[in-house]
Amino acid sequence: MRKWVLFLPLIVFIGLGIVLYKQLGANPEYMPSALIGKPVPDFTLVTLQADKVLDQSSLPKSAYLLNFWATWCPTCEEEHAYLNQLANQGVPIVGIDYKDDQKKAQQWLSIKSNPYQLVLMDELGKFGVDMGVTGAPETFIVNTKGIIVYRYQGAMDDVVWQKIKGYLQ
Amino acid sequence: MIPEIGHFALILALFFSLCLAVVPLIGYWQKNPTLLYTARPLTFLMSFFVLVSFLVLAFAFMTDDFSVMYVSQNSNSHLPIWYKFSAIWGGHEGSLLLWVLILSGWSSAVALKIHTLPKDVGPVVLSVLGIVSLGFLSFMLFTSSPFVRLMPEIPTDGRDLNPLLQDIGLIIHPPMLYMGYVGFSVAFAFAIAALITGNLNSSWARWTRPWTSLSWAFLTLGITLGSWWAYYELGWGGWWFWDPVENASFMPWLAGTALVHSLAVTEKRGVFKSWTVLLAIFTFSLSLLGTFLVRSGVLTSVHAFAADPTRGIYILALLIVLIGGSLLLYGFRAGQVRGSATFGMTGREAWLLLNNILLTVLTLTVLLGTLYPLIFEVLGLGRISVGAPYFNTVFSPIALLLIVFMAVGPLSKWHKTKASVLLKACLFAALLSIVLAGAVSYVNSLGSLAWLTLSVAFWAVLLTFKDWFDKVSAGTKGIIPRARQLPRNYYGMMLAHLGMVVTLIGILLVSTSSYESTLKLSPGESVSFAGYEFHFDGISHVEGPNYIADSGEISVSKQGRFVTLLTPEKRFYSASRQVMTEAGLDAGFTRDLYVSLGEKLEGDAWSVRIYVKAFVRWIWLGGLMMMCGGLLSALDKRYSTKVRGNNA
Repeated sequence: MRKWVLFLPLIVFIGLGIVLYKQLGANPEYMPSALIGKPVPDFTLVTLQADKVLDQSSLPKSAYLLNFWATWCPTCEEEHAYLNQLANQGVPIVGIDYKDDQKKAQQWLSIKSNPYQLVLMDELGKFGVDMGVTGAPETFIVNTKGIIVYRYQGAMDDVVWQKIKGYLQ
Repeated sequence: MIPEIGHFALILALFFSLCLAVVPLIGYWQKNPTLLYTARPLTFLMSFFVLVSFLVLAFAFMTDDFSVMYVSQNSNSHLPIWYKFSAIWGGHEGSLLLWVLILSGWSSAVALKIHTLPKDVGPVVLSVLGIVSLGFLSFMLFTSSPFVRLMPEIPTDGRDLNPLLQDIGLIIHPPMLYMGYVGFSVAFAFAIAALITGNLNSSWARWTRPWTSLSWAFLTLGITLGSWWAYYELGWGGWWFWDPVENASFMPWLAGTALVHSLAVTEKRGVFKSWTVLLAIFTFSLSLLGTFLVRSGVLTSVHAFAADPTRGIYILALLIVLIGGSLLLYGFRAGQVRGSATFGMTGREAWLLLNNILLTVLTLTVLLGTLYPLIFEVLGLGRISVGAPYFNTVFSPIALLLIVFMAVGPLSKWHKTKASVLLKACLFAALLSIVLAGAVSYVNSLGSLAWLTLSVAFWAVLLTFKDWFDKVSAGTKGIIPRARQLPRNYYGMMLAHLGMVVTLIGILLVSTSSYESTLKLSPGESVSFAGYEFHFDGISHVEGPNYIADSGEISVSKQGRFVTLLTPEKRFYSASRQVMTEAGLDAGFTRDLYVSLGEKLEGDAWSVRIYVKAFVRWIWLGGLMMMCGGLLSALDKRYSTKVRGNNA
């Protein structure tokens, strides 16, 4: 056996070590997901008003934003005003109330006004897992064909919106 | 005062582990028997002080000492006593302490058995274990001590243990998992000691085997428990998610499975030596890597603990020293290892080589899938995530192939097998299993994938029993006496292989013949689903020790006959202000009925999720069989007698 072959595991490991080192502490907000270019996964969720069990067919037929939010999430509070603004401009937003308490969520929307066309409850976070959500808030842009085209992690504001609103077409 | 004793005990343990890591090695190089002799007492001293600090932490939990930050973050005065105990490993610091405690346990066990090893090898093994302990003890003391106090403002009550972890499965799951993870450190230490001393004969494999089988058995149990816990506690009815945390425990298992087999070859035939050593290093490295991935926050996961980059740096440094150091040693020393026997291409070693290749490929598949997002990003290609589809499509065919070969290996003889004999048995079994599986799939109207998988399952069972029957029917003694003469090792293997098949069948049927639905139900309403009648009797209010709950009652009947009453709960934990779903479950040999409460709808209606899971228990039954198989072969008689030779 040639001698250098025995050092091969070490070399591979060093490469791996470099990858792991570079990754430590890196935490960019922009996170494309494996779902980009794919349709919104199947779901059956209950509306926040708790009157209906809905699935895909209830989603808007136009392009829209799919926003994961929760009352326990301070950043969601931060972005809420901007979402209201977007809604006033006529951008359709579907809200997913993520791992949250129903009463609190209803109260929150009645106080802060509701930017959502439709709010569905994902109490166990199962839909969140299907969508690859790692926290709240997260916003997906879905096009007219129901295909996910963009994923954004963190609070939505004017700077971000100007950059990504082109995806809504 | 008492928590400080725990902290002090940890410092003492660190000191003794430092001595253990250094003194016996010096003794080895200077050929000084006195220094070598210190390894044993140093191991016991280190272990004793780790145990003391663990007991102190346990005491702090039992007495609700919320001045200790870790206790206040993970416990609550209303928490039931057994959860107070399991809360010790409910967070990062405590689970690290458990890790080290178990490492000490394994080290002490080796120290107790040290007389079976050559005089200069045993202390080196203990010393290597000391180096690992040193790394983890210093990690704990410098970045994550569980004894940090909240002074002077002591909280009046704790934040409570994460409700997800308040469960019987979580009391035993982490200790079992760690027993397996950490147990591989023994195989690792043996491998490093072999490289250092150059003492790598077949008795090396014989010493390593029982330890490896035992750790493998624990890890199998740990993973099985974890899967079972996720199934009933997360409320989705899923049993495996290809989550980074799960992969972290699955990779050492796959590599460990390869190690168990290649050790057998090395022991019996004296070949594959340097490969086996590499595999031992690889297996433990994956355990360490798993710890790193879970603790450093490099990967996000459904059930990761709090992430902290400083800790990440420290573990990474630890990884580089331990793994990099051992691979460097391997590079320099493994060239001196020579196989002593010839390798037969038609013998059992060839099948086991195939087993090793496939298992290594499987391990790398999971490793790649887990790390791919990281590599992708470092290369500047953006961020992606790899989900279950990748693992399912890549993993399943290779695993199926592995099970096909698994059945053939035991049939063949060491070194050389007559191809005609093997071919005849295999052909017969193949035909029979394809026909049988076809009949079963046809009757139950399952698809062609099920046909294929069931064929593999039948094939493996047939050949496993054929081999057993050949062994017991040869000779003149009669079947029962001969069956009793077969070594435990053999029955261990048989049980583990059959367990693999049982798990395979479970996985197949749960994915092809299960039903699920989300429905709206009001009290008094009934719904027909998958042949069962679910009647929603109503909701009652229940108060637990640290939660309040809505408890639903759903009676299930089949064709008018009462089957069971399911009571799914929706719990609100007041201290941590979290809502948890407890599924209502009726476990059965061929099917599980699984109901979980969703949200309260208008009026008194609820959304209810109903699952009928076919054969889901088989997945874990197979896991338990594999575990028993591992235990049985670890307890084989020839390991308990003294090793041959003049080392005593």
